[in-house]
Amino acid sequence: MTGGALIGLSGVTKVYGAGAVAVWALRGIDLAIGRGEFVAVMGPSGSGKSTCMNILGCLDTPTGGAYRFAGVDVGELSRDQRARLRRGAIGFVFQGFNLLGRTSALENVELPLIYRGMAAHERHARARTALAQVGLTGWEHHTPAELSGGQQQRVAIARAIVTEPAMLLADEPTGNLDTARSREIMDLLTGFNREHGLTIVMVTHESDIAAHARRVIHFLDGRVEADGP
Amino acid sequence: MTRAYASMLANALLLALREIRRNVMRSALTTLGIVIGVAAVITMVTIGNGATAQVTADISALGTNLLQLRPGQGFGPGRARASAPPLELKDAEAIRADVAGLAAVAPSANKAVQAIYGNTNWSTQVAGATNDFLIARNWQLDMGRQFTGGEVKAGKAVCILGSTVRRELFGGADPLGNYIRLGKLSCEVTGVLASKGQSGFGNDQDDFVLMPLRAFQRRVAGNTNVSVIYVSAQDGVSTTKVQTDIERLMRERRRIGPGEDDNFFVRDMREIVSTLTGTTRILTALLGAVAAVSLLVGGIGIMNIMLVSVTERTREIGIRLAIGALEREVLTQFLVEAAVLSSFGGVVGIVLGIAAAAGGASLLSVPLVLDPSIVVLAFTFSAAVGVVFGYFPARQAARLDPIEALRHE
Repeated sequence: MTGGALIGLSGVTKVYGAGAVAVWALRGIDLAIGRGEFVAVMGPSGSGKSTCMNILGCLDTPTGGAYRFAGVDVGELSRDQRARLRRGAIGFVFQGFNLLGRTSALENVELPLIYRGMAAHERHARARTALAQVGLTGWEHHTPAELSGGQQQRVAIARAIVTEPAMLLADEPTGNLDTARSREIMDLLTGFNREHGLTIVMVTHESDIAAHARRVIHFLDGRVEADGP
Repeated sequence: MTRAYASMLANALLLALREIRRNVMRSALTTLGIVIGVAAVITMVTIGNGATAQVTADISALGTNLLQLRPGQGFGPGRARASAPPLELKDAEAIRADVAGLAAVAPSANKAVQAIYGNTNWSTQVAGATNDFLIARNWQLDMGRQFTGGEVKAGKAVCILGSTVRRELFGGADPLGNYIRLGKLSCEVTGVLASKGQSGFGNDQDDFVLMPLRAFQRRVAGNTNVSVIYVSAQDGVSTTKVQTDIERLMRERRRIGPGEDDNFFVRDMREIVSTLTGTTRILTALLGAVAAVSLLVGGIGIMNIMLVSVTERTREIGIRLAIGALEREVLTQFLVEAAVLSSFGGVVGIVLGIAAAAGGASLLSVPLVLDPSIVVLAFTFSAAVGVVFGYFPARQAARLDPIEALRHE
């Protein structure tokens, strides 16, 4: 089930500032994540897991070491090249949903396809399919304000998977939801991982949420402290 | 490549329109400055052009190719007028004999009188002149006839009424053949002039009575003075040449030595036209400039609101960047938003401006002279304002760090 390595981090460091005020967020991370894996990332705040997620998501670049995504050295890419990589291969799900307000669910899901330059009719069709996959058929024209938290997160997941990315990065996707809604979201993510082989890397604080993943990585003080099922 | 660019522009337009729709109120307020600026420019310039056209029309109604010869030294400080000897009928005859290319030479004098018919009376001006006056001053007869040669020579008491005098004394009745009293003189009405209406300076051009110059001099004024000689040049003859010929002749006749100042002056009506239209054009340009400043202020308003909106929309921009929007796609979206808003404001401003100009023109009773080039200019300028003032905020937005932007509350 696990394919070749999608993600390879070797000796990755991240330093903010310089000299005496330098802050080492990552102190040398070596990590390999294969295609089709479902990985949970845990660790106290300040452990470097968010920094690591930003690097994995190609939003940020490492100070030292190398990050290879699908064989590409991300550290060598320009800002625009990383944006192209994100729009093509990475889906994001955030704790705070981060949908565009006063914009319908359908238009929110279409957004990444617009940046891909997809024609209108294909865009609509794919956005509708993605919304159907997260169980929101019939809610296409509701704005985030008219949707519950769980529904908003499902719109966000639809937006993340509509581009059929190689990897989905979820940053505490259930952090703002109650237990029942959290279970629904986790079932959705697990389903995408099992049925479509979608690689998922998820940050979470809660061990019962992390239990959905097949591999859990613990961060502490900018290092990987534990890595296993 | 160009196709990719076109599709990016189309996408930016789509996103910009969605963004404008998302916040109608903010968009309307952003546009307001441009709407007012464009409307002001169009209104000011259109009414100004109307006023210029009105002044030009008024003055050409006074007569075409018209020169006025008067005693004195014209207007202005240090100009003696009272001391200058008056003109005479002989001066007019000399001009007619010596100056080439003239259509009419009309010596004229006038005096304020009380005109009485039956028990109505009306205070007006009586002008003594010849039939040439009608040619030079461009008057048409509404009814009746001109003076006959005999009447002019003999100084018979006949008169032609301006339409205002006719209305005030006779109402709807036929005045021809009736006698009116001008002061103590009884005078037969032989004609009525067609109306010219109010002049651009606000006085009623139709409020006077015309009678033969000799009769006027003998029986109304009691002297042989001529206060003004109207000279009309033939079509195609240079009024400048006619003017210098008259000046040379008059200096001779009035025995003005070399180096001495003229004690008469010739005024070319076309000069007045060009002076006045020049003045109204300057006024139009000034008003237009003031309005253009308000358009500029409108542009700064756009920049201000766009900057605020970049801050307010930081998180949204972060989402777009994280999802994979390129820097230039965010830049283009914000630029297109600004351009769409300001062009839309331009269109609304043009409509409002034309409406206001139409209203103002009818209120000030000047013709509506809509200059299409000013409409095009105002629109182009408003669109350009959007792009220029939208660029700075757009660049701010495009350069945001997606991680920082996503953290922004």
